[in-house]
Formats: sequence, C-alpha cells, structure tokens
Amino acid sequence: MCGIVGIVNLNQQQPADLETAKEMLAAIRHRGPDSAGIYRDSHVMLGNVRLNIIDLSGGDQPIGNESGTLWIVYNGEVFNYVELRPELERRGHRFSTQTDTEVILHLYEEEGPACLNRLNGQFAFAIWDTIRQQLFLARDRVGIRPLFYSHQGHRFIFGSEIKGILASGEVPAAINPSAMVEVFTYWSAQSPHTFFKNIVELPPGHYLLLERGKINIQSYWDVNLMPEDETRSPDSYCEELEALLIDAARLRLRADVPVGAYLSGGLDSSLTTALIRDHTQNQLNTFSIAFSDPEFDESSYQAQMADYLGTDHHFLRCDYPDIAGAFPEVVWHAETPILRTAPVPMFLLSQFVREHGFKVVVTGEGADEFLAGYDIFKEMKIRRFWAEEPESVLRPKLLARLYPDIRRISANAAFMTGFFRKGLEQIQSPYYSHLLRWQNTSRTQKFLNDDIKSVLPPTGYEPSFRIPTDFSKWPSLSQAQYWEITTFLSPYLLSSQGDRMAMAHSVEGRYPFLDYRVIEFCNRLPPALKLPVLMEKWLLKQLGRKYLPEQIWRRNKRPYRAPISRSFFQPAPPDYVRETLSPPAIRDAGLFQPAAVQMLYDKAVSASNGQFGLSEVEDMALVGILSTQLVYQQFIRGEGMRKRCASMSAIKIIDCVLHE
Amino acid sequence: MSMAVEDLIRNYIAHNILFSNKGYPYPDDTSFLDNGIVDSINVMEIVMFVEENFHFKVRDEEIIPDNFDSVAALTAYIQRKRTPAVQPGA
Repeated sequence: MCGIVGIVNLNQQQPADLETAKEMLAAIRHRGPDSAGIYRDSHVMLGNVRLNIIDLSGGDQPIGNESGTLWIVYNGEVFNYVELRPELERRGHRFSTQTDTEVILHLYEEEGPACLNRLNGQFAFAIWDTIRQQLFLARDRVGIRPLFYSHQGHRFIFGSEIKGILASGEVPAAINPSAMVEVFTYWSAQSPHTFFKNIVELPPGHYLLLERGKINIQSYWDVNLMPEDETRSPDSYCEELEALLIDAARLRLRADVPVGAYLSGGLDSSLTTALIRDHTQNQLNTFSIAFSDPEFDESSYQAQMADYLGTDHHFLRCDYPDIAGAFPEVVWHAETPILRTAPVPMFLLSQFVREHGFKVVVTGEGADEFLAGYDIFKEMKIRRFWAEEPESVLRPKLLARLYPDIRRISANAAFMTGFFRKGLEQIQSPYYSHLLRWQNTSRTQKFLNDDIKSVLPPTGYEPSFRIPTDFSKWPSLSQAQYWEITTFLSPYLLSSQGDRMAMAHSVEGRYPFLDYRVIEFCNRLPPALKLPVLMEKWLLKQLGRKYLPEQIWRRNKRPYRAPISRSFFQPAPPDYVRETLSPPAIRDAGLFQPAAVQMLYDKAVSASNGQFGLSEVEDMALVGILSTQLVYQQFIRGEGMRKRCASMSAIKIIDCVLHE
Repeated sequence: MSMAVEDLIRNYIAHNILFSNKGYPYPDDTSFLDNGIVDSINVMEIVMFVEENFHFKVRDEEIIPDNFDSVAALTAYIQRKRTPAVQPGA
C-alpha cells in the first residue's frame, strides 16, 4: 500500500522540479511512511511513498522494466500476483523484485490495458511508457483505492489524494459549487467530481491514456446486476459462495507482515474473521470499537464473537469528546465535507490497530451492498408492495419493520407513513429506491448560501446519472443495489470511511466481499436468494449458520452509526467548533447563511442539554456545515497544507533528465 | 426441488416468525392468532411472502382470518388463487 503522485508536461519539454515532487509526496506521506521514490525525465515525474507489505526490502518504487522503457508507481495490492508471475517468466520476463508491482508492469508490457481484466485486487497505478511518451492510469473495479487528476494548462497532474495535487502549487484550491450540492444530497460528490474545482477522479473500473496531450478514458468493468437465467438449488449457490469467499479470504492473507481483522459484531465481519481464522496458522488479532453510549455500542456481540473464535481481541473505547477531538484531522484526511461522524471511529480504530503493530486488516465491507443487507432495500420493497395498492391501510404497516433502532422516527406512525408515502407511485423512476433518501438529505441544502444554491435548477435537484443498458429489465432489487454501489459505496464508504481513514494511519484494509469474483457471483444471484420477503442477506445467513453461533447469524442488521451532534456539544462544544461555526467564520467562507447556521448551532446547544436531540436532517446539516468549514480552512485557506505537510528526506531518485 | 405449498409456508413461518431451525411445530389447522404465532406486522409479511412466491396480488379485503389464520387456511387460499411457481423463500 502506498501513495502515488505525478506530473506530465503536455506540450513542452520541461522537467518537473524535484522540490515540487517532494512536496507532493510529503502531502501524502501518511500513505507510505516506509520509503519514497521519484522517477523523472523531461516529460514526466512519477512519485511514490511506500508502505512495505510485500517484499519488505526489495520493493521500493518506482520500478522499471528490464529495458527501462516502462516505469510504474503503484498503490494497492494485486492478490493473484503469485499466479500471474510464472506465466510472465515463461514469456521471458526477468524479475528484480518479489512484488506484485513488478507483475503488473510486465503484464501491461504484454497485454496493454487488457491486463486489467486479469488483476484481482484493489489498486490505482500509473505507468509511463518512455518510447511512446504515453501515460497509463488505472483504478480497481469498485474504487477501493483512490486516484485523482487535474488537467491544467500545459500540465497533467495526478495523485492518490487531492492534497498531493494541491501541493504541486499548479492547481489553485477552490470549491466546486455543484459538487457541494451533491455532497448535501448524496453524502459525497459524484464521480468524477470532487469537492474541488478542476480536480476530478478517475472513476472506478476505468483507465486513462494520456498521449500527446490527449486524454482517453475507457471503462473496463461495470456493475452488472442482471441475474442469470439458470435455476439452481439454494444449496448449490451457497456452496459456490462459500468456495469463493474462502478463496477471496485466502488471497487476502498474502502479506509479509501480520494481518489482523476488524470485528464489528455483525454477520459480515464475523464471517470473514471465521474464514480467516480457519486459514491462518498464527493467533489471529481482532479489533473493534466500543462506544460509551449504549445506543451505539456493540461490544457485547464483539466479545462474544471473539470468544467464540478464540482471537486476541482488542477494544478501543470511544466517547463523545474523542469524536469531537479527532474530527478536524478526519476531515483533513477525507478531503471532503461529511454528513456523518461515522468516519471518526474508523480513523481512531486504524490508529489503534497501527499502535498494536498491524499494517493490514481484513474487514466485512461490501456484503451489505452486494448481498442486500441494507434497510433501503427493504424500504424499496415495502414501498413497491404498498404502491401495488396505494389505498391499502394494511400494506404500510410493514414500515414498522424498518429502522427499529431509530426510535425518534418510528415512535410516530403517522409521520412514518406520511414520510414514506411521498413519491410512492413513481415506480417507473429508475431512482425509485433512492429518491426518498436523496430528497431527505437535500433538505440540508436550506443552509447553503444563495451563490451555491444558484447552481440548482428552480425545481430543485434532479438526479441525472448514466443508466446502464438493460437497466429497465433488471429486478427492482438490482436497480436499488446499483445506486447504492455507485453513488454511496464507492464515493463515500470506501473513501471517507475506508481508504482515507485507514491510510491516515498507514493501515491497509482488505475486503473479501469485494473480490471481483465474489461480486460477479452475487450480481448473478436471483433476488429471492438475496432478499426474500424482508429477510436481508438470506444466502449469506445460510452460510453463516455453518460458521457462526446462532445469535450472530440470526441478528438483524444494525446500521453502523456513531453519535452525531452530541459528540460536539456534550458537555460543551470545544473551542474550534465554536469558532468554526461562528458568524464571522461562516461569512468569511461564504458558503452558508450565517443567520441560519447560528440558529442551528443554538438549537444544538439547547438540544444537548435537553431530552430531545436534533432531527436526523439537522444532525446531517450540522456535521456537514462543520466539516465544510474545516475543508475551507484547511484546504482553501491552506492552513492544513502549511501545517501538516512535513518535509521529506531519504528519497530514492531515478533522474533521467541528467542522462538526456 | 419443488416443494408443496404448505411446506413453503411452514418453512417461512418457522424461520422468519418463530425463529426456529426445527421446523413448524404445530398442526396445520392451528390458529396463528389464537396461539400468538403472528402479530399484525407478521401478517403483512406473510402477504408479501405470498405475493412474491405465488405471483398474484392479495387484496386488503382478502386479508382476513379465513384466509390467513393457519397453514391450512393459507394453503387453501393460495391454491384457490393460483398454482405456485416455486421459489426459495425461507
């Protein structure tokens, strides 16, 4: 695991300044504290900071091919590199390291962009072809690892994180108002947008070729949720899922350092942990977060599972002030406003894992999306069931099955019904499953100032995503899963709660459920095996029965949540919260309406002393405004860039400018 | 792999409502309501289960004890309405 950066000169031969390269690397040093390297010629600069996981002593980057005509910088893991290497050796390639990095390089040499179809992993990398003067950038199928770029005048600049691009000094930091509206609708900017003007991401499952100033972006993989026609017995599907998950977990144990596991107390991470336990020789170490607030705490399940599996379990206790205290640092790493505090415990957990000497953890991410664990899928089914007979008084009763943990909403049946009745009969909309959630979140937009809101059409925000071919023929569950995967998993969960929070402390997450073979298998399943009636993750639970105690596999899914406004206001708001949300600070940034923010702030103060908290939308707005203001301070005003980007030393430099 | 209608119903109720791995423990004519087997939300889940697995629409006025109060009543109701297309559901 690592971080990468680079600069390509588009129309003139002017070597990138080595000091600039070092500053870009310094900005993402947390991604790779073990070593650093730069390749430079007259056209290009490639940089890497490395976290040693495979081939600890021999894998420093950049790595070149035998003739020095191709150079790679790489972030991630290709887990099947062991299987790919012998074939390349037979084709005559000589390897100078034991890394997966070098396998990718030679495979690209042989197969070009088609090599991506053969990689099983989580990656973002850049290969420079010195002969064709061509840059190849690629990103894994679902976007586990990040990759951003900016095309500014005569330079093309890329990096694993936006701060790496900003550190080049070539791209002024400015907020993209449309992306800000997206954050306050979907929880994150939507691919390829980022929160920043003129900086975009390479979308998941895509590659980019840059040659003679021309950018060509191609998709090599997409989420296809059309179920297969064939009818097999549930047992046969369950056996195939088991075999695939075992192999996915086995491949994800490949590392020259010890691998630990997150254990949330739910089905998914319990199952991945059980699979790893069965395939590991050493004593397995597991990690989890325990909240002091019992509304969020799962530690009894975590303890039960750790006990059952016989792991060495480590609890990190998390209290309100911990969340408020770490929040600015979390925003610095996330590089985007966030509408929830859920990333914070993930940030604290990776720190805890790192303190215990682990660089790699396996987690259960992805099962809820691909095997249908979320309430939003049930909500869609209930609303469609109700829409069949909109006047039925009995059908909406099923809504009481939803959100049992969120007492504030479910206590009021009339409100619940009124809320879910909205748009009930728009069953032809491709966004049917998600419209309600998006409309609800967009109620936070009332705090935006008029300049930002001016990007909205007068009728309000309308989603307009690319819709896959044959989408209308997909089952309604598949359609709902598609939006969950493309608008939420990739841009938010895997980023703000995944890569960024783990890499903040140089920890790599590995996800057996996101092995592309597991994904493609799940996507072929008939919907009745994923969510029959309202039984979430049905097929996975059948497998869970084999490995887990009944209390675990039978448990209803509990959404992972962290305390929200209470974190910042109990017992009293820390200085930075008061200052960041103060009217002068709000006016200075110019993104929100100062008076409205002041009223929300006052309400949060009184809510924290009283019996009732803020509403869900108010909670999201509060966290969203606070984090936006922090992004503004850290990146637009540049306070974070100045403070946090330490200088670098001990860099391996391959400088071909000298030889030309 | 085709299962009888009553087996599908028994399986579904055992797993999803009784939370039991040991199957449905009552005779087929046992009243769901009299024996506290289901609550009002469970009844609607059963309606969803029926629509999903047997592919016909259940009307509000059909959601009455005569049709939904026992495995036997439900089986008879389903057979009156339509021949099942078997799907795993429990």
